Amino acid sequence: MSYDYIEFGETEKEFTSKIEEISGQNIFSCYQCGKCSAGCAFSNLMEKTINHTIQLVQLGKKEKVLQSNTHWVCASCLTCTVRCPREIDVAAVMEAIREYTLRYEPETIERLDLPEELLKKIPNIALVGSFRKKSEL
Amino acid sequence: MRIGVYVCECGKNISATVDTEKVAEYAKSLPNVASSRVYKYMCADPGQEIIKKDIEELKLDKVIVAACSPRMHEPTFRAVIEDKGLNPYTLEIVNIREQVSWVHDDKKKGTKKAKSLVKSSVMRSALMEPLDRKRVGVTHKALVIGAGIAGIQAALDIAGSGYQVTLVEKSSSIGGKMAQLDKTFPTLDCSACILSPKMVEVGRNPNITLIANAEVEQVDGYVGNFKVKIKKRPRYVIEDKCTMCDDCVPVCPVIVHDEYNENLSPRKAIYIAFPQAIPASYIIDPDDCLGIDPLICSKCKDVCGPEAIDFDMKPEIIEDEFGAIVVATGFETYPIENLGEYGAGNIPDVITGLEFERLISPGGPSTGDLRRPSDGKLIKNVVFIHCAGSRDPAKHLPYCSKICCMYSTKQALMFKNEVRDGTAVNFYIDIRTGGKDYEEFYQRAAEEAKVVYIRGKVSELIQDGAEILVKGVNTLTAETVELHADVVVLATGIIPSQGTKDIASVLRLSLGINGFIKEAHPKLKPVETSITGVFVAGCATGPKDIPETVSQAGRAAVRACNIIAQDEIEVEATIAHVDEILCRGCGICVGTCPYSAITLIDTKRFGNIYKVASVNEALCKGCGSCAAACLNSAINQFGFEDKQILAMIQALGEE
Repeated sequence: MSYDYIEFGETEKEFTSKIEEISGQNIFSCYQCGKCSAGCAFSNLMEKTINHTIQLVQLGKKEKVLQSNTHWVCASCLTCTVRCPREIDVAAVMEAIREYTLRYEPETIERLDLPEELLKKIPNIALVGSFRKKSEL
Repeated sequence: MRIGVYVCECGKNISATVDTEKVAEYAKSLPNVASSRVYKYMCADPGQEIIKKDIEELKLDKVIVAACSPRMHEPTFRAVIEDKGLNPYTLEIVNIREQVSWVHDDKKKGTKKAKSLVKSSVMRSALMEPLDRKRVGVTHKALVIGAGIAGIQAALDIAGSGYQVTLVEKSSSIGGKMAQLDKTFPTLDCSACILSPKMVEVGRNPNITLIANAEVEQVDGYVGNFKVKIKKRPRYVIEDKCTMCDDCVPVCPVIVHDEYNENLSPRKAIYIAFPQAIPASYIIDPDDCLGIDPLICSKCKDVCGPEAIDFDMKPEIIEDEFGAIVVATGFETYPIENLGEYGAGNIPDVITGLEFERLISPGGPSTGDLRRPSDGKLIKNVVFIHCAGSRDPAKHLPYCSKICCMYSTKQALMFKNEVRDGTAVNFYIDIRTGGKDYEEFYQRAAEEAKVVYIRGKVSELIQDGAEILVKGVNTLTAETVELHADVVVLATGIIPSQGTKDIASVLRLSLGINGFIKEAHPKLKPVETSITGVFVAGCATGPKDIPETVSQAGRAAVRACNIIAQDEIEVEATIAHVDEILCRGCGICVGTCPYSAITLIDTKRFGNIYKVASVNEALCKGCGSCAAACLNSAINQFGFEDKQILAMIQALGEE
């Protein structure tokens, strides 16, 4: 049996407080009722339920949060936000996780990595946009 | 003889499984029955009117009500027939609800059983005789046993009503467990600040006689007239002379564990439990003092300016009479030694909630500095384990101890307020915050202090170097988890105190399955006990928080005043009586009687002296044990005479 080690070191605290800062929400308000997951139209497509993700944010588990597709599947329909009994803007928390990924672990696109076939299909504007956002240049 | 039979439908409670019309119809065919009727709610006013009207018009002399248990409405219907001039003890209740409709599904069989029961009661009713209501005098004084917050409140409320009350406390000071707390939830009021005014009032109130360092040894008598023997242990310090100058403490050579600080700090053999203690006097612990027989050391006596120390003090037996008793003997916490997976008390930094309370208290062993017991290191990481013993019917306590969610939350919040950069993690099964402002308090701990809550139990605690390795589970993420902590606080459950068990045996009170004192009714008689005139308040009946304890103590006080305010009260009329001709003085009844109501007395017969049983009418509760045990059928019980019972059995046998 392997145990997941819980620790509240600098890395964990930094992650939790950054998500709180970006979203403007008090993550510790969540008392894990699960209503956000229960009402989410895309729960079935998420690798971790929303409340699971929030619990991991409370514990500062950055790796686990970012590995999961949960925040990317979120469509920001705001159902969770409207229904949360603790008045947490859950969709804002999901958005904050997305933002965090972009700010701190940006994915880069290399022109040479793109297949020729794809380049022919992609609209010009999409290419320009993605290079602006995701290139190191 | 004209008997009226009244069958109640109790809405659908009875009529769903008993054909009440058929039962009433059948009753008409029985001997002596002059009237038989059905009504939807016999206990309601129109139902009572039906009976009253029949008594008047049909000249009934006996009434039978087939309805719910006599425990519910016997007094109601007794009053109804008494109103119309019949003797209340000639009323007969047939329980066709609890004993028929609620326990059977088959309407046919239910109806048949109801008919048989009604028949047997008709047979008994014909033989019932009027009984006299008996009255006894009342001592206008109450006794409160135990002076924690429950006992203090009960004593203050009784005294506030203008009655004399004696408050007996086992330990050297009143205050109980609440005096050990640093702060109270959900307001974080300082515990001593809200408790000590009440303690001072106890010491000051002319209606309250406080006997500390004492125990109730024996209780005889009955409601209105309890004869009580209280043993007061010697204090070896004369209360009135002690000026609390503290000169005696530095010279005392004996150092022992301080119980008030949960044994986390030392004290001397002469000490005061805590600064606000009432009675405000030092005390000598006779087990450890070197001055009490034989006199080896008398340093404290030598330095005592007011000459308050008396090594020759002897135990005192105080005998007194009381009209009512309030038991407020409180709780203890579940022994940490029983929790093997949490170190069974062998890991010094695994402590109980009460120990943590002392650690964080400015009056505690580390003057509030939050240093851990093992090496005095400042505490940075705390893990709280909820349900330590509670909600574990397989090995520990089957019940929820009610206050642990809140006290762990309080302690985590207090810790975070003290140690801003520390972490407090709570492992819980459920968070139960059923109290006014409790949920908000829990929310505040999470939101403001960022106390972490992990749903799941801890399976094991292991000493890992200077820290404690906590192995548990997070059931929300479905992962087993581990972490290190400086200190682990076990939210140990609530168990009945030794004092509660002791007083229950002295008073012969019924205990529930978990050892707490059983209430006369869990909902409607929450402070009454199996003994009339004995009431109970606080954690002696089960886990309770402070607000609930205080309100319960208030009710217990009112119920005690209900009795001691009377000049005389009514006692049981259906008591045992002895046929002296049949009694052969064997004494079996004497040993059988649970209320010590029977004694053997000398009686003169044919010029010789014989021993015969005699029943103290005030002590007899009418339980019937003696009547059943008597080998010669010499004892009968008014209202339950052998001939009446045999008539019932015969009627049932005829079916």
